[in-house]
Amino acid sequence: MNRLMICIECPQGCRLSVETGGSRVISVTGQECECGENYARQEIENPVRTLTASVLTGSPALKMLPVRTSAPIPKEKIFPAMEEIKKIKVPFPVETGDAVVKNFMGLGVDLLATRKSGRSFP
Amino acid sequence: MTERELVIVGGGPAGLAAALAAGEAGVKDILLIERDQHLGGILNQCIHTGFGLHRFKAELTGPEYADRFVKTVEKAPEIEVSLRSFAVKLTGDRVITYLKPGAMEEVKARAVILATGCRERTREMIPICGSRPAGVYPAGLAQKMINLEGWIPGKEAVIVGSGDIGLIMARRMTLEGMKVKAVIEIQKTTRGLTRNVVQCLEDYGIPLHLRHKILKITGRDRVEKVEVVRVDDNFAGIPRSGFEIRCDTVLISVGLIPENELLEMAGAQIDPKTNGPLSARVNFTSIPGIFVCGNAFRVYDLADNVSLDSESAGRSAAEYLGKGSADRGNLS
Repeated sequence: MNRLMICIECPQGCRLSVETGGSRVISVTGQECECGENYARQEIENPVRTLTASVLTGSPALKMLPVRTSAPIPKEKIFPAMEEIKKIKVPFPVETGDAVVKNFMGLGVDLLATRKSGRSFP
Repeated sequence: MTERELVIVGGGPAGLAAALAAGEAGVKDILLIERDQHLGGILNQCIHTGFGLHRFKAELTGPEYADRFVKTVEKAPEIEVSLRSFAVKLTGDRVITYLKPGAMEEVKARAVILATGCRERTREMIPICGSRPAGVYPAGLAQKMINLEGWIPGKEAVIVGSGDIGLIMARRMTLEGMKVKAVIEIQKTTRGLTRNVVQCLEDYGIPLHLRHKILKITGRDRVEKVEVVRVDDNFAGIPRSGFEIRCDTVLISVGLIPENELLEMAGAQIDPKTNGPLSARVNFTSIPGIFVCGNAFRVYDLADNVSLDSESAGRSAAEYLGKGSADRGNLS
């Protein structure tokens, strides 16, 4: 079967033509770099997304701390992950790249701060 | 009045890159003024990924992308940063007046780079009739509310225009538990990047109505509904094609306008169509020694390209000051 997809790895947005057999990818054409083929395989066999959000700090200097997953997580975990993220509060100072939660929801990825937060709220 | 070699207005991606490049090209006395209490500009509210793919070969979020520049700026001895400083006046002979907490400062610069970014087009700039209830926001403002302030603007939203900010906000509001009922685009194609249509709309089953427009926003105190109609090739509404969508929030994502009030004040020529400087070369203006870079010069799709062109502005300013040599980037 042939499927048309748009690669979302970069803003180029290559149009891919993907030949599939069942749930497997046989061949990919239309990509301008190797990301396209990897994306098509991943998207058909196990679609994943990097999740970004922001969490409360309780500090007036920086009210919300932006966070991301250290690697993409399965698409169906995105809404459960948001439910967890809404419960998180980070009142302590962190540096960019620090793990706010290690092994987030047992998914094998960390939830990272993507920005430095200021001093903790007294 | 103090004197400076180079003053840069704006500490977002453009100002940061320009400052670093000017420093590398040999400018030893740089003042970078920023109105917010943090450097990074709009990148701080762009918490999604997609930054730095070209420049750093990594998929970064906006704050992470900003952080890489901010760390370098903080280590550069030739760059002094003045936060919470708002430039209110610029003269043709390069005197800048700015306000900071408790003081008004005047500085005479031998060269100036304006990296003041852009602002959003608003509801008033597109013809939508109806009442003026609460709940209508420019998409970037809604982004700031959710990502920086932690406020959720409503429960059910319709987005007008398919610019990237609108698409990104469709996903963001969905993740925060809002129901995004539709994105309405008057053109035949989306204005945003294709990847954003895929990962922000298709992933979440949000309908995109191309060749449609909002006719009317209705609501007494709060938005209650919008009327949508299909348009013909002249963007006129097609009779009996209309339908209503009930919602309490409308986001407007219909483009950006370069912010050049300071440049105008200084007496430089402005293109009335784009609000960018009239110039034959990228980053140059009609006044020698005053440069404009980033979204204030022209609206970019990618922050990576803002950084690239702003570095060229930093080198051009250095060359104007008699240091190093600038590249001869022509408008493409």
